[in-house]
Formats: sequence, C-alpha cells, structure tokens
Amino acid sequence: MTASQIGSSTRRFGGYERVTGSQEFVADLRLDGMLFVKLVSIDCARARIVSVDTSAARGLAGVVAVVTSDDLPQPVPRFGPVYKDRPILAVGETKYHGEPVAAVVAESKEVAEVAASLVAIQFEELPAVFTVASALNPLSPLVQEPELRSAGTLASTNVLSEQVFGWGDLGATEADLVIENDYCFPMVTHFAIEPHGCMVVSSSGGFEVWSPVQHPYLLQAILADLFDLPLTRVRVVAPDPGGAFGGKQNPKFEPLLCFLARMTNRPVRLILTLEESFQATRRTSAEIHIRSGFSRDGLLCFQDIESNFLLGAYADIAGRVVSKSNYLGCGPYRTPVAKIRARALLSHTTPSCAFRGFGTPQVAWALESQMDAAARHLGIDGLQIRLMNLAAKGEDVVPGDVPADGEWAQSVQKAASAVGWGEPLEPNHGRGIAVGIKSGATTGLSYSTIRLLFDGSVTIYAGTSDMGQGARTIFAQIVSDELGVPIEQIDVVMGDTSVVPFDLQTSASRSTVFMGNAILDACRDIQLQVRELAAELHGTALENVRIVAGGVFISEVKVSIPEVVQASLGRLRGELIGNGTMRRTDIANHPLGGRPAFFEFNCTAFEVGVDVETGEVSVIKHVSVGDTGKSLNPLQVEMQDEGAAIMGLGHTMMEHVILDESGRIANLGALDYRIPTSKDLPLSLSTYSIENADGPGPYGSKGVSEGAILCTAPAFASAVTEATGVVIRNLPLTPERVWRAIRDGASDSSTVEQV
Amino acid sequence: MIDALPVVLNINGLKYEFEVLPYRSLLDVLRDELGLTGTKECCAVGECGACTVHFDGRSINACLMLAIEADGGSVTTIEGIAPPGEMTRVQDAFLEHGAVQCGFCIPGMVMSAEYLLARNPHPTEEETREGLSGNLCRCGGYNRMLQAISSVSEESTP
Repeated sequence: MTASQIGSSTRRFGGYERVTGSQEFVADLRLDGMLFVKLVSIDCARARIVSVDTSAARGLAGVVAVVTSDDLPQPVPRFGPVYKDRPILAVGETKYHGEPVAAVVAESKEVAEVAASLVAIQFEELPAVFTVASALNPLSPLVQEPELRSAGTLASTNVLSEQVFGWGDLGATEADLVIENDYCFPMVTHFAIEPHGCMVVSSSGGFEVWSPVQHPYLLQAILADLFDLPLTRVRVVAPDPGGAFGGKQNPKFEPLLCFLARMTNRPVRLILTLEESFQATRRTSAEIHIRSGFSRDGLLCFQDIESNFLLGAYADIAGRVVSKSNYLGCGPYRTPVAKIRARALLSHTTPSCAFRGFGTPQVAWALESQMDAAARHLGIDGLQIRLMNLAAKGEDVVPGDVPADGEWAQSVQKAASAVGWGEPLEPNHGRGIAVGIKSGATTGLSYSTIRLLFDGSVTIYAGTSDMGQGARTIFAQIVSDELGVPIEQIDVVMGDTSVVPFDLQTSASRSTVFMGNAILDACRDIQLQVRELAAELHGTALENVRIVAGGVFISEVKVSIPEVVQASLGRLRGELIGNGTMRRTDIANHPLGGRPAFFEFNCTAFEVGVDVETGEVSVIKHVSVGDTGKSLNPLQVEMQDEGAAIMGLGHTMMEHVILDESGRIANLGALDYRIPTSKDLPLSLSTYSIENADGPGPYGSKGVSEGAILCTAPAFASAVTEATGVVIRNLPLTPERVWRAIRDGASDSSTVEQV
Repeated sequence: MIDALPVVLNINGLKYEFEVLPYRSLLDVLRDELGLTGTKECCAVGECGACTVHFDGRSINACLMLAIEADGGSVTTIEGIAPPGEMTRVQDAFLEHGAVQCGFCIPGMVMSAEYLLARNPHPTEEETREGLSGNLCRCGGYNRMLQAISSVSEESTP
C-alpha cells in the first residue's frame, strides 16, 4: 500500500532531466541529413512586394532552395485554427512586420542566414492600420481582402467579429453613481525562453513533424487538411515546450516546413530567433470604454462595456480570446443589468493569439479599476465594495449560465488578511486588491489509455503537452492512488499522435479537469476488469469485490491489484488496458458554444511603496489566492500561481511592444523588451489555495494555472493610487508613467454622474 | 571561403581538439558540433542567460564567446557538474523547492547558482537576486529558486 499521492507535493516528473539539461527540447533534436531554414522578411509592416530576386542567394554554395509564394501551389494555401486566412508565405503584400516573404533552405544555419541576407526584395510601403482608431475608421485600408473573408457585412471592414452580450434593460436602469472611463492594455509578447521552431520529414506520402505545439492534434488536422492527407499520414511529435503560455497553441510555420521538406526531399529544420518569435505571436491589446452604475451604498446597478481588441493581420485564435473574455466582462459579481459590445479588429501587426488569461487580464484591468473608482467616489473600502457585490456560490454571474462555483469570498478574505488590509501604512505606501474570473474550457474532449502491465507497473498515454505545468506528475498521482501503484513505477507518454489517443488541446487550464477525468475514467475501466478477474479467481460475485484506495477487497480478504492480475493472467502474462474519456459537447446557441466547465477565480492583493521622486514602485507584498477546488499537488499549484503572478507583474510594470510609424516593433528582442528578473521579484510573494472540493475535476479539482495573472494590474494600480493619489488607466505602470502622473497630479479623471 | 581554425578545449574534464569556423560561438560548438545540448539557446545576445557555462572559473554566456577565443581554456557545462544519474545539491534543491517549470532556463540558472555559491557560500537574498539577475525565467520561478539556493546555503558549513 502506498501513501496517498493526491494532495502531496510529489516531485516533478521530468524534473531530473530539466535540472541536468538532458530534457530534449525541439532544438536539441537532430535529424540525419537535415537542412536549415531561414525566413526572409522586410523592414516594415505593410508593403507591396514589387520583386524578389533570389539569384544571389541561390548562387551561394550550400543553398538548396530559395522559396517564395510563386514556388508554392496557386492559389497559395491558407490555414488557421478558425479562419483559413494565413498564407504559407506572403502573397503580393506583407501584412505585418516580420511576415516571411521567402524562405531559404541550406546545408547549415550560417549559410541559410547569409543567403537570407542576399535575397533582394523590392517593396513599396503602403498605408497601414496599427491602432484601434485606425482599424475602426472606414477610410482605412483593409487588412484582409474581402473575398478571403467569410461572407457578411463585416467582410469589407477591419472588424473580424463583433458580439453583444448582455441581460436586462440598460435604458431603463437607474444608478446613483455612474462612472465612465477608458482603459488601455498594450501589446505584450509571450517571450517563452524556448524560441518557436519545428522540424519536418516528408516520408511515405505524408509528414512527420516535430513541434513543441500545445495542440498536437490540431496541428495534425490542419496539415492533413492542407495536404489532403488522411490523419494517419501526418505524425506530430510534440517535444515538451520550453514555455508556451498560449503562444504555441496553433500552427505557425509547420505548413511552410512541410512544403520545404517535400520540395527538397530532405528533413528541414527551422528554429526562430527570439526576435522572430516576437514577430510570430503576441497578446491581443485592448481599449475598453466602460460605464459602470452603482447605488449610493456601492451595489452594482449595471455595466455598459465597449471593448475593442486589436488583433494582428491574421485571426489565429484571437476572435475566441475576445468573445470568451468579454462574455465574462462583468467579472465575478452580481450584475443586475449588462451590455457588453466586443469587437475583434484586424490590423497590420503581429498576429495575436492566446496568452495566459485569454483576454481576461484586459477586461479585468478595466472592470476592477472601475470598482476602485466607484469605491473612492462613494467612500467605500476597496475590499468592501468587492465583497458586497461578489456572487455567492450558486448565484448568477451571467444569468442563465453556470452560477458561481466557489466560495469566492473566502479567497478575498484570505488575500486581505495576508496583505494586512486595513493596517497602518508607511508614507507613500499603498495597498490594492482585485478579483478576476476566467471561464475554464467549455466544450472539448480528452481520451486516455492506461496499460497496467503484468508486473504492476503502469504506462499512461495522454495527448497533453507538459509545458511547465507538470501535467505528467498530476496524471501519475491520480493513477498511483486509483490503482495502488507506487509513483516510481508509472510512466507517462505524451506528445506523439502516432502513440497517444486524441486530446483536443492543452490550454484554458483544462488538463487537470479534462485529461484528469479521462485518466480517472480509464482507471475505473481497469478497476472493473480487475474486479471481474478477482471475482472469477475467487468464485464470487462481482459485487463482492471492491477496490478501495488501490487495494482489492474480496469480502474481507485484501490483495493488491498486481496480485490479481498475475494470478489471473498466469503463465502467458499479458496486461490490462483501460480507456477513459471526458467529453463536453456543443450547446446550440450558446455564445461560447458551451458552458464553462469551471471558473478560475483569483484574488490578488498588493502592498507597494512608491518613490515619488522617480516613479519607481517597490512591491512590498504580493499575495495571490486561487480557488482550486482541490490542489492535487500543492507545490505545483504554488509554482504555477507564482509564475502567473510574476508574468502579471510583467505586463503591469514594464512590458509593452512599441511600434514605430512603419509598424516595426521598435523594442524587438531581449535587450529592449524587459520581462521580470530575479531583481523584480516582490520582496514578499505568497500564494494560497482555497480548497472546498467543489470543482468538476478529479477529487473536486479545478484548473489553476492562469488565476494569478487575471487581476494583477488593477490590484497593483489601486495600491499605487493609494500610495500617491494618482490614477493611471494605461498599462504598463513604468516608473516614467508613474512619475509623469505624479508630476501632473493625475488624480481620478473619471467622468462621473452623481444623482 | 573562410578556413576553419584548430581549437583545443577542456570540456567537463575531457580534452577536445577540433577545427572550427572562426565565426562560430562557443555555444554553437557545444550544441551543434559536440552534441552538448544541455546548454540552451534563447536570445543569442547575452541577455537571457540560458547558455550560461563556466569558462576558466568564470560564469559566461556561451553565445557571446567565439569558439576560437576559448582556445586553450576550460569549460564546464551543465553536463559536467554532476556524474550521470546524480545531481548537485543545487539541482536537487531546485526540484525540492519547486523551482522548475518548463525547464528551458534551468540549466543556465543552475550554472549561475553554482557559480554564486562557489564564490559566496552564504549569499544574502539580495546577493542571490543579483547572482541570478542575468538569467531570465518566463515561468516566473524566481521565488522558488531563491528558496532553493537559501536551503543549500544553510546546509553548508559557515
């Protein structure tokens, strides 16, 4: 009998490999005879490609091919997770800074780099769309050709999609206090330390693809569709990503590499530089106009929200980012009346995609800052105004949809006490608190297969990508408890579509719930088989055999699962195979296609000290509390939560992609784009979990890896306001921005109607 | 055509003699020519620390040193700090304290931590933060890394 794994901080599967450098990321793999690919782009965002002269590059020794869109099938194939809008290489014009116009394939990476510099591209810069205002202006150029858009009135605009959510009659709703403001959330980049990359072999009519992709089965489907192949002819091997954060969800250059592998009949490899990774994906920026109505005593009366999210040149999954986050645009509160108009706008910028929090940090920045503005105007405490409006468990958040699924006030109280809410403060210090909810995955499905081998050891097959969240460890912990197998006798196989059963995706903090439940289901399948074998062995009825904590009880006799297996299967040996599924299907007419499987709720609180001479903010205390349902591995929950918190500090304090007048990223790369370092770590960072076993995952768990990034910015900004009196509605709160606000005496500039 | 130049390096206690093109970095040689892929590449401009190795007793970014500059020197990479199958106390503490998420920055981070503790076995928290400040971790594991290093420091005799 092994000690229970669930709820213990079992050591990370793959940890040894990661601390010794033996973990093989995609760039660490080598294929025999592989060629090196370098992308060629031009030095502005939108331009008409006048000519591409590849002769000098082709003439260089070691160059195998130089490919432009002219060398591809015509019309040039397009792909994307929702819209097939992204061409394999730029066709006719470039639409964002860094969009590849050509690709060089060479015998070494140095030759590829030199040859890429020899590709001569004549181009004519064209007027372009880089801002929300420009994207909304009907006189602006169109980012995507109307004939390539799906039919509809929006096809001849730069609006990819527009959705209105809401309930109640806004026109008939009165409030004692109405606060109206505009908030900006900038472009930020994922900055996974592992740059993007992939390798492809063209073989036996199909492809083998190595890509650290979050959704291997989506990549397989997209490639099979592009090349008109059966799924069996596209094998995707997904080495563990070296950080992904949403940026590695969807295909980027894998389709191009497939063409290059086919053209050259050699294995091909593309590893982007960090600068190229910056140009491959980013977070969707947002401008949010919001009117919030409150009663005199601080109760919410209504929210009237207009969100404009600026996507890049191709939609990727960003339309979903906009709809999913804005659907919960009123946050975790009881909101009697709401209207949320959310637009996804195309622009000539880096294609944005999923990024930890999936749009919620953007909407929470506006919403939670409004709560603080109301609190200030009404003379109510920032903690109290949240507690009085927070939905209690079972109360509506979006009327008619899943109600509040946690005791959220417990998280808020915990955060308040941990940050020392209400205690005296030093001069120029302040505290802030904020809350956020994000919808977990809605629809989806995960399958798992588990093999209980003859000696009692177990192999788990799961299509999840272990990108830092530690999914392998969680899965092994579940199986250890359910089948009574010591954790060190469990192997977890992932990341190969020719081996593991289908999983929709690794995103939305879904894997513990979706794949965890599939694994639990597979364990139940094996348990039933073991009970049947035990009943047969002992000549008793199935109902007389129970499995408790991984042990088999035949009436009062207890044996282990391997003992039953060995006694039953005997000399010929063999194994038991269990299959498990978690499946949530579409709901017709639901704005998100399905209801949230769970909410990820977080409360974040800060104490900061501001140097009013420099605008520099010191983080004295940073507290994050998540409603985890059940922390299956508390250490991993804390790691994830701290990681999300630090990433949130990045977009709050320092990170923003800066575009110049030609749409070039001005701060491209690690020298000019700052992310938090060890020196930016708060003086005190603490994270707590509220566990009421009220989630839909195994043992009452919920997903947890995004919570602490949801409301970092508003909690931080609120603390800065208390410390200095200034109110800032644009991120990030760099020392310069804080210093200017203090110099200008930028007090609360809300438009206020008070009845 | 540029000629390759002969280079002699001691890497993890083994002598390597080879010819290398003069523009190749020490990182290129370690990863591409010698197959020592434990040292990772991210920014290639000396900002992220993923390629941290020890060279003649100093902690360096292998992306910033040409292989021919390293000629005659002694390099320790992540592969060379513990025998196969074993871990140093720092590596063990990183796992014990939950400092490892995706793991891509970790080899470089471990090399910086080892260097810090070799020079200063009992660093203050401020000194540890400074010692790791050249290594970026996007998973945000810094808090746990500080705890791990502190635990190793406490174990060692003052």
